[in-house]
Amino acid sequence: MDLRYTPEEERFRHELRSWLTQALPTLPPKPDATDWPGRRAYDSNWQRMLFDAGYAGVDWPVEGGGRGASPVEQLIFKEECERIGAPYVGVGFVGLLHAGPTIIAEGTHEQRERFLPPILKGEEIWCQGFSEPGSGSDLASLRTKAVRDGDDYVISGSKIWTSHAEVADYCEMLVRTGPEDSRHRGITWLIVPMDTPGIEIRPLTTMGGSTEFAELFLDDVRVPVANRVGDENDGWRVTMVTLSFERGTGFVGELLESMRILRSLTEFAKRTGSWGDPAIRRRIGSLTASFDALWALTKRNVSEAARNGVPGVGGVVFKLSYSEQGQALAELGMDLLDRAGLAASELDGADGLGPLPNAELVDNWIKSIPLTIAAGTSQIQRNIVAERVLGLPKEPK
Amino acid sequence: MDFELSTDQVELAEGIRALLAGELPLETLRTFEGAENVVGADVWSSLAATGVFTFLVPEADGGLGLGLKEAMVVAEEFGRALLPGPVISTMAAAPDFAPAAEGAGVAIVDLTAPNSAAPLLIEHPRSIEWVLVLPSTDDATGEVRVVDAASLDLTLVDEPLDPLTPMATLARPLAGGAPLEGANAVALRQRTMILLAATQVGNATATTELAVAYAKERQQFDRPIGSFQAIKHLLADSLCRAELARSALWAAAVMLDDSEVAAVEADTLSTSPAAVTWRAIAGAKSLADEAAITNARTAIQVYGGMGFTWEVPLHLYLKRARVASSTLGNRTQMNDLISALI
Repeated sequence: MDLRYTPEEERFRHELRSWLTQALPTLPPKPDATDWPGRRAYDSNWQRMLFDAGYAGVDWPVEGGGRGASPVEQLIFKEECERIGAPYVGVGFVGLLHAGPTIIAEGTHEQRERFLPPILKGEEIWCQGFSEPGSGSDLASLRTKAVRDGDDYVISGSKIWTSHAEVADYCEMLVRTGPEDSRHRGITWLIVPMDTPGIEIRPLTTMGGSTEFAELFLDDVRVPVANRVGDENDGWRVTMVTLSFERGTGFVGELLESMRILRSLTEFAKRTGSWGDPAIRRRIGSLTASFDALWALTKRNVSEAARNGVPGVGGVVFKLSYSEQGQALAELGMDLLDRAGLAASELDGADGLGPLPNAELVDNWIKSIPLTIAAGTSQIQRNIVAERVLGLPKEPK
Repeated sequence: MDFELSTDQVELAEGIRALLAGELPLETLRTFEGAENVVGADVWSSLAATGVFTFLVPEADGGLGLGLKEAMVVAEEFGRALLPGPVISTMAAAPDFAPAAEGAGVAIVDLTAPNSAAPLLIEHPRSIEWVLVLPSTDDATGEVRVVDAASLDLTLVDEPLDPLTPMATLARPLAGGAPLEGANAVALRQRTMILLAATQVGNATATTELAVAYAKERQQFDRPIGSFQAIKHLLADSLCRAELARSALWAAAVMLDDSEVAAVEADTLSTSPAAVTWRAIAGAKSLADEAAITNARTAIQVYGGMGFTWEVPLHLYLKRARVASSTLGNRTQMNDLISALI
């Protein structure tokens, strides 16, 4: 049980920090959140900078063109990037964190050669077509159909929650190739070029007013059979294999950002007089304890991944606990803002609130709401903990 | 970095667990409910024979010279087995106080209590020979005093909350005794808090396991109640509370054992190593108390009406959780302490 970093790990940190320190000032100004072409250009440029410096795909295996860093180095990478305020993975999210690792694990030689380098260089952007309007938590019930026609699949149906669809070049898509009721056994994983005729994109506006994701309507979309990853009807397994790439670092950026917001909130409370209220101080004390514990849990998960290849029980424990604490932090922020939160766009910084402007706290509050929904609702996560970790019986069907 | 139990630590935990299961299973322990002295001389000497009281004593002084991390691993097993007696305070006192290392029972009394008008409470009055008195935070000398338990006018409490933790009241002020040479009050307080938090994590884990086992067996509506999501979600949350507390506990123990880790952390947070260490310990105690109390309550809920009976042992875990949480600062006080450090 040791929390010291080895000299090699410290060297990795030191080199990365030096590079980040000289690279960040060369970044162009951040585009507006609604400027999707601008966001694509900004995020792709950052990815290219990472690639040129040898930091693209830090978590990818060397045979996939990545750096093959150890789980602890992956943790250091995310920690240093967050501490210095480096850009997030942004529109490269699906390609770098999901589609790419899937192709590394299950793609053919040709697919790897064709698709992996452009992801690492930030040249091609991917989106995800898994969920459907009728298939959310019960993903295996998906109904978007792909029918074989010669050397093509012809796809019809619809997908939802597709992030970055407007700027994506490719979509990793799960389609039904088996009989309607074949569930996990009748799903296939396809690479769908987003410029194929028959794809209609309808952006969805979130309660925050932004269009972070879209609905896709697919009408006789023709995709070559060569774009299939894995065997026909084996797509569920292909998707699950990708999950084994998780090394316990999935939410490190978000966690460290929450810890930064908590520190700023503490300063904010002290400046504005809320600190005089013992109830506020205790909420901050309690959140500090929880976030410190989540950081310690992250180190346990990473250590577990370094030993056994996967983060173990701690991964799902982290997701559940972080989601709740993140929401508690967001609510505290809104309580501290009080009425100023109702008109953040007008009052931002007006009351001398310093480094954490009203708008950022309101934005953090909006962003906290899907924490217990996205990437598996907390209810589904609790089922997973109960059935797979605690061994409780499944619900009768 | 390898923030997991080592093979040695896992074996240590398993060894202690097996020893307690053999020497003091819950059925045996329960025969002492309400007794004035719940730890018999033979159990106490078995414990002493394992060397647990000399765990934290340096090898040069005849101890095992193990770290707080190892003591914590053992204390978690004590909590899991509901081991009664002044074991934690005796373990914690041993590096500073030779009689404790030799197995004389020691109680630790904290003069920093929020309600200073109430009488002091001393646990296991019939099992202790010595009382170590931790100074209140406004005591400028900051000395630990050692008092002969036989010299104190102790009044046994008729019905202590925890039937396995006998209590005595003692009128204030607790004066007299002699300063304990070489003892550091802060260090003694901190390691006792870590060990108490470890017993709470063990307690929280035990009640989760008991409730999970019951939920798999108990049938209602022709199915095990553990197949209902309402029950599953309660128990998933119990596991999360225990694991989060365990993570905080480990980090705090490592920081106390390895000042370099505390120094690096202090640097990152722009504060002092002393402040980050206190913050980690208080966070661990806060989360461990929360986990122990809430997981025991959750287990009682899963057991339903039977959980409210004396027969089902869950109340013993809940009551013990209350004993440990109100020792050296409860959740509220810990969260206040953290807020004072940031």
